Amino acid sequence: MSIKLLYFAWVREKTGLGEETVDLPGDVQTVSDLIAWLRSRGPEYVSAFEQSDVIRTALDQTHVSHDTAIANAREIAFFPPVTGG
Amino acid sequence: MIRVQQENFDIGAEIEGLRADRTDIGAIVSFTGTVRDTAKGATISTMTLEHYPGMTEKELERIEAEANERWSLQGSLIIHRYGPMKPGENIVLVVTASAHRQTAFEAAEFLMDFLKTNAPFWKKEEGKDGGEWVDARESDDVALKRWETAEKVAE
Repeated sequence: MSIKLLYFAWVREKTGLGEETVDLPGDVQTVSDLIAWLRSRGPEYVSAFEQSDVIRTALDQTHVSHDTAIANAREIAFFPPVTGG
Repeated sequence: MIRVQQENFDIGAEIEGLRADRTDIGAIVSFTGTVRDTAKGATISTMTLEHYPGMTEKELERIEAEANERWSLQGSLIIHRYGPMKPGENIVLVVTASAHRQTAFEAAEFLMDFLKTNAPFWKKEEGKDGGEWVDARESDDVALKRWETAEKVAE
């Protein structure tokens, strides 16, 4: 399954990427699985997802929790708690 | 109406636009958020707002729709800027219009509380010691919680 991943703010700075398209292994079912898989991809991902409980996630541009199933999402974004306004 | 833009906005012109040719409005409340020149004792030279194009607009529209469901508003407007800004510049504008003041005051606060905790924006403050991402404030989550229990205002 091919999916677009987006990174914002310090998550983007730590991964060194704004976005990328990846093919997910079949055993990646939830957002938590995806974070665990990303952490296996290199030190920059380990650093970005070190405090994974702080990281917020959006599935197809809607806020979701880490136990959410990825299902047929086209776009998943990872970012710190928002600080607009 | 919602707008996400890099350029500055004219607060007076935006309010006039909302009330033009309207005689059913009795109260207009506006909130403007601006860039402060200090953070944790350090001087800020630039603040840069990053956002998630696409989701930002969706979230602001969702928040505005929610406010219009809870309160009977004659009009509402959210403008949020992104990109680099200097101290003193405008960041965000929220305007609410209603028949009586309480509705407009409450809806404006609600919009700001929801925007602060849901709209995908991130602030980076830059000073002479480099840049630092602003941490989310726990008080913003507390401010949001009061709306979970607040009764819908009857008109």
